[in-house]
Amino acid sequence: MTNTTREQELIRAVKEADSAYSLVKAVRILANAHIEAAIPTLIAVFSYNNPGAAELAAGGVVRFGKTAVAQLLNLIDDYNYGGRAWAIRALSGIGDPRAFDTLIEAAETDFSMSVRRAATKGLGNLDWEDMPKDKIPAAQEQAFKTLLLTCQDSEWVVRYSSVVGLQGLATAVVVTYPELAESIKTHLAQMFKTETDLTVRTRIQLAIEQLG
Amino acid sequence: MLQPSLENYVETDNSESLTVEQAIANLQGNDQGLRYYAAWWLGKFRVREPLAIDALIAALQDQENQTELGGYPLRRNAARALGKLGDHRAVPALIDCLDCPDFYVREAAVQSLAMLEDRTCIPKLIKLLDGGLEAAEPIPGSPHLAQPYNAVIEALGDLGVTEAIELIELFLEHPNELEQYAAARAMYQLTQNPTYVERLIKALRADQVQLRRAALSDLGAIGYLPAADAIAKTWAENSLRLIALKGILEHYLETHPTDGCHLSETTIRIMNLMDGLL
Repeated sequence: MTNTTREQELIRAVKEADSAYSLVKAVRILANAHIEAAIPTLIAVFSYNNPGAAELAAGGVVRFGKTAVAQLLNLIDDYNYGGRAWAIRALSGIGDPRAFDTLIEAAETDFSMSVRRAATKGLGNLDWEDMPKDKIPAAQEQAFKTLLLTCQDSEWVVRYSSVVGLQGLATAVVVTYPELAESIKTHLAQMFKTETDLTVRTRIQLAIEQLG
Repeated sequence: MLQPSLENYVETDNSESLTVEQAIANLQGNDQGLRYYAAWWLGKFRVREPLAIDALIAALQDQENQTELGGYPLRRNAARALGKLGDHRAVPALIDCLDCPDFYVREAAVQSLAMLEDRTCIPKLIKLLDGGLEAAEPIPGSPHLAQPYNAVIEALGDLGVTEAIELIELFLEHPNELEQYAAARAMYQLTQNPTYVERLIKALRADQVQLRRAALSDLGAIGYLPAADAIAKTWAENSLRLIALKGILEHYLETHPTDGCHLSETTIRIMNLMDGLL
């Protein structure tokens, strides 16, 4: 059996899985096989409404790193928020700034809180040095502006992940753009005074402690 | 503390399309669809205004919004909303709902009375367990049991009703897993014996996602710290795992008050698990 045939078989096993159990099993094997041709199949699994399979598939896609970004951006599921959340989560995990506009839009406008949640965390986890140098400061300011907005989300979990995003952003810019890091710290201190949710407030406290 | 539940998982848009005045007016209007939506909306956005409470209490008696099968959708939504609004004026009307012929109205009323931490309903809740396992057998062709046993048992556990222990213990052997989990959760709350929780932690590895979700919700509700890692790893929607971990974190913070200076290692560990699920 040639390599390619074997690859095709692993991909087919995912597409033809007829139970939750066989799907998880097939996705696990495919994700571990690290086959570049399987990236679209793994992305499709995000929308199958099977959390175990989606988590394995996302892990498999994230392992490709920047290689998977273009396909993630192209294949994002506009009609299934569960699938979209996993795609945004994968983009956030990879941290490639080509996803910047997508993350900003998802954080600000997506109706699904799990998508907004994944996007706000991702804005704090971008590899800024991969961005053209002259664009970096404005993009970082835009990320801050968006996170200021999402810190006011009505869902506690979006505010929580916005704090995580802000902490990541402040850490990323502490040397290159210290003024922005200071603004973030000031904002976190302010937010700590007004936040009513105990979990979110405790996460703000952790961010403040860790940013020092 | 926010009760982890599937309802909290339901994704909704953030449209603020209604105003409080409109919602109250809609609830009292003639458009059945708008009434139903308004009752949900008032609960979702925690509208605690007396006028809203009055209108919701009145809606518990509604006769017009009725399904082919005799269900009362508006009453269900009104009962659910009243649990979220924290106004104890709703208690007598909610207790009356425990006699409603619609199973889902009874279920919603039980859950809301538990959220309101109402103790006057306890005798009536215990009565709903009458007949033990025999009366609680699954009914062929019916999507639900004779009574909302699950909700009743959870409420008795939340309210700390130790005199119900023997009745609840029977349900550890109920044919439905969900009733078994409710019983395990309540037995732990009432006895603090961790053996009961092992059942729930084991259920995090159940084959069916519905069972894993139910176990997550129960573990979050009791704030069982040793389950934190198993919760973070179980295969269920991240939103549900986050809600369960939030329950554990807040239970820990409430039972381990600090001087407010430094966060404990446990607190940080739970939040690291949460960060990984965003």
